[in-house]
Amino acid sequence: MSNELIPSKDGALERAAQESIPVANTGPASLGKQSQGFGVTFATMFKKVNTEQYPEEKVPTAPRFHGRHQLNRYPDGLERCIGCELCAWACPADAIYVEGASNTEDGRFSPGERYGRVYQINYLRCIFCGLCIEACPTRALTMTNEYELADDGREKLIYEKQDLLAPLMPGMVKPPHAMFPGTDDGDYYRGQVTGAHPSQGEQV
Amino acid sequence: MGIEEKLPSGFLLTTVEKLAGYMRKNALWPATFGLACCAIEMMATGAGRYDLARFGMEVFRASPRQADLMIVAGRVSNKMAPVLRQIYDQMAAPKWVIAMGACASSGGMFNNYAIVQGVDHIVPVDIYLPGCPPRPEMLMDAILKLHEQIGNEKLGPNRANVIREVEAAALAAVPTISMKGLLA
Repeated sequence: MSNELIPSKDGALERAAQESIPVANTGPASLGKQSQGFGVTFATMFKKVNTEQYPEEKVPTAPRFHGRHQLNRYPDGLERCIGCELCAWACPADAIYVEGASNTEDGRFSPGERYGRVYQINYLRCIFCGLCIEACPTRALTMTNEYELADDGREKLIYEKQDLLAPLMPGMVKPPHAMFPGTDDGDYYRGQVTGAHPSQGEQV
Repeated sequence: MGIEEKLPSGFLLTTVEKLAGYMRKNALWPATFGLACCAIEMMATGAGRYDLARFGMEVFRASPRQADLMIVAGRVSNKMAPVLRQIYDQMAAPKWVIAMGACASSGGMFNNYAIVQGVDHIVPVDIYLPGCPPRPEMLMDAILKLHEQIGNEKLGPNRANVIREVEAAALAAVPTISMKGLLA
């Protein structure tokens, strides 16, 4: 053992003790001071409680809160995702896996050439930064405000395409089906297709 | 001879199980195990606005002997891993683990040599909670899901059987690396 812990013998400790500032009020605080302190505690009883009763009353998040992703659709039900993998490339955590495939005339899922055949987001890797949303060229991928994602298995938190796709709204047709007659993918992209045509199939 | 013979089979034991589950889930004391930014959200969950005391969980125990829930909040480095395991071993059974946040659950965006890729490499995890960091409501949601699990837990030999079955199923399961899913 070194002798670092032994106090020095040149009287430094004694000098330090003499130089310290003496405390003026050593006894208990006066009754007035004490009641002033307790007054703060007492006044709190009449303040509004700011506790959120979470599972019973869910306070809405900020509208732009980053929650679970959603794969959007065009108004006629075709998927917006074109399988370009830009979201997967933008992802800093490598949480997204995309595999594109070609649309055919009898199996069309999105306007244009390609669609996302496999789309997986691993929510255990995802950091909800939103870079995938910024990267998406067709606004296929956006985020919802849903945040209750906890689960008891790692594999359950890899969300597949069917978990992420937006639900079919009234007037949409479930893909695969043909594009709106007389349009191309540019018309879809510019928002000129506003609903399904009867020739595209049965509407939901 | 006793009351248990007059009642339908298993009635008394399941009632005891339910009672024990009810008591366990309503007095779950977390160990303080904040490792990174998720710990800030964990503290916020314990504080006034979200108030874990509503679930009987306000006492974050600094001593693992008195805790039965470990909320692993933050990234676990390889250097921290043995410490975490020791804390877990010192906790008295029955004990549960929540992997809070992306880093604790899977390594998150830190896919590198320094960070353990998921705390389930070290301790058995009951609930995985995504988010970076998860907001306090998300943590409470995970805790409530864990409460549900605890409430349905078995006791004594039944529990041992369940553990054995889970172990056997885990050993028989297809490893993730051989899972092809839609990609095959």
